Amino acid sequence: MLTATVPTVGKQARRHMRFVIIGAGQAAAQAVATLASEGFSGSLTVAGDEAYPPYQRPPLSKAYMAGDFIRERLFLKPESFYAESHCELRLGVTAAAIDRAGRTVTLSDGNVLSYDRLLFATGARVRKLPCPGADLPGVYYLRGIDDSDALHQHLVAGKRLAVVGGGYIGLEVGAVARKYGLQVTVVEALDRLMARSASPQISEFYRKLHESHGVDVRFGQAAEAIEGKSWVEAVATGQGRIPADVVVAGIGVVPNCELALAAGLPCDNGIIVDEFGATADPDIFAAGDCTNHVSFHGKRVRLESVQNAIDQAKHAALAMLGKPVPYREVPWFWSDQYDIKLQIAGLVQPGDTAVVRGDASSRKFSVFHLRDGIVAGVEAVNAAPDYIVGRKLIAAHARVAPERIVDTAVPAKQLG
Amino acid sequence: MPKITYIEQNGKERTVEVPVGWSVMEGAVKNRVPGIDADCGGACACATCHVYVDPSWLAKLPQRQEMEEQMLDFAQDVRSNSRLSCQIKVSAALDGLIVRTPRTQH
Repeated sequence: MLTATVPTVGKQARRHMRFVIIGAGQAAAQAVATLASEGFSGSLTVAGDEAYPPYQRPPLSKAYMAGDFIRERLFLKPESFYAESHCELRLGVTAAAIDRAGRTVTLSDGNVLSYDRLLFATGARVRKLPCPGADLPGVYYLRGIDDSDALHQHLVAGKRLAVVGGGYIGLEVGAVARKYGLQVTVVEALDRLMARSASPQISEFYRKLHESHGVDVRFGQAAEAIEGKSWVEAVATGQGRIPADVVVAGIGVVPNCELALAAGLPCDNGIIVDEFGATADPDIFAAGDCTNHVSFHGKRVRLESVQNAIDQAKHAALAMLGKPVPYREVPWFWSDQYDIKLQIAGLVQPGDTAVVRGDASSRKFSVFHLRDGIVAGVEAVNAAPDYIVGRKLIAAHARVAPERIVDTAVPAKQLG
Repeated sequence: MPKITYIEQNGKERTVEVPVGWSVMEGAVKNRVPGIDADCGGACACATCHVYVDPSWLAKLPQRQEMEEQMLDFAQDVRSNSRLSCQIKVSAALDGLIVRTPRTQH
């Protein structure tokens, strides 16, 4: 049963309302856009810890890092957008404390903002390597523009790059580095690439892809120490020593929910929100990477994606205005590595039945995942039609016979 | 800087300057032209930046690539002059380009 989490706010009252958004990433920008398009005319403040207005993160490990994309193109909205949306951007400040009873946010610069509705769009931060030597110069992570700029400086042919963690970020950086002629070694603790989110079939395709591009991929090895005197010299794993001039660690992210936790809001691998984006406090909402939410399949998840940031922020913004609509969109992701585009829709779970459509050796295929015969996920490699059709089938909880999926004589459009 | 004219479904026209090398989609988003969502930021991954190119300009545009062709197949009300605006790179030769936005991107 759907229930409104907040009373509808009258037009007159809304004009005088004060909304505060903590965080200035993709979700924050979308919330501002949705509030503006809904005619919100109260006061709106976005406080972000980076020096930049909201920007796209995906290109940071792809085209922007490769130098194919100037910085200005990263910004999600022109500056005029914020002014016209009556939104004040406060950049370079963090939120230090929230007083829920008094409904105020204290910023790191000492300013205190009153709010009627508050949105956490605090995102996530990189997980740091826990091993000795991890703080040596030459060890990089990738989350923001400055990280990408710093790494770009090391894209010099012949340099040795060690990537710790065989996930999307590390692999995308590895692919860019190969383009620049670096020697690349990927160290992954598990036995396959992108193990947390991709199926074994996709992992295997990407192992072969990276190896065919000259990347040395090593499984079952974790970084036990980063060695070097004044600059990184090697990554020591249980199985040996990988000499390196630069190290990039992409071992996941940690949701930024400390502030919410300190304010007494329930958190469990993310700020717990309902299907409208509301936290346990009806005046406080959250959207994007920082949330633990119920996804379209009815289970709680925390997602790190543009899609989730955009869609959840739309729903949270509507709920802040007292117009709650449940968030039910099918999650989707993409990754660009070399000339291969991976597009994923839905959420694959252990126990799902994988049905491969097409031939991986043709570098154009997809893996459909069926749960009790119903399409639950699709991973498409250079196969956009399969991805789009898959996304629709997932949303419709459609049942498709495996024999039809594997039959490439049946056009993707006719799978539905 | 090349000028691109975007015409909305309701006939509203906007002519904006877009830097060479940017996409027609970016020109729209950065200038707040409504009707182009571009959720994926130009990665040809979402098909929410569909536009109709003015017929007089069609011949001057590079052909659709396979990925664009495939994504367009799923857009609404696709016509022979349909393109994904994220895949049209602005050049001096496209100064004056006119595109129309569709009724919906979804």
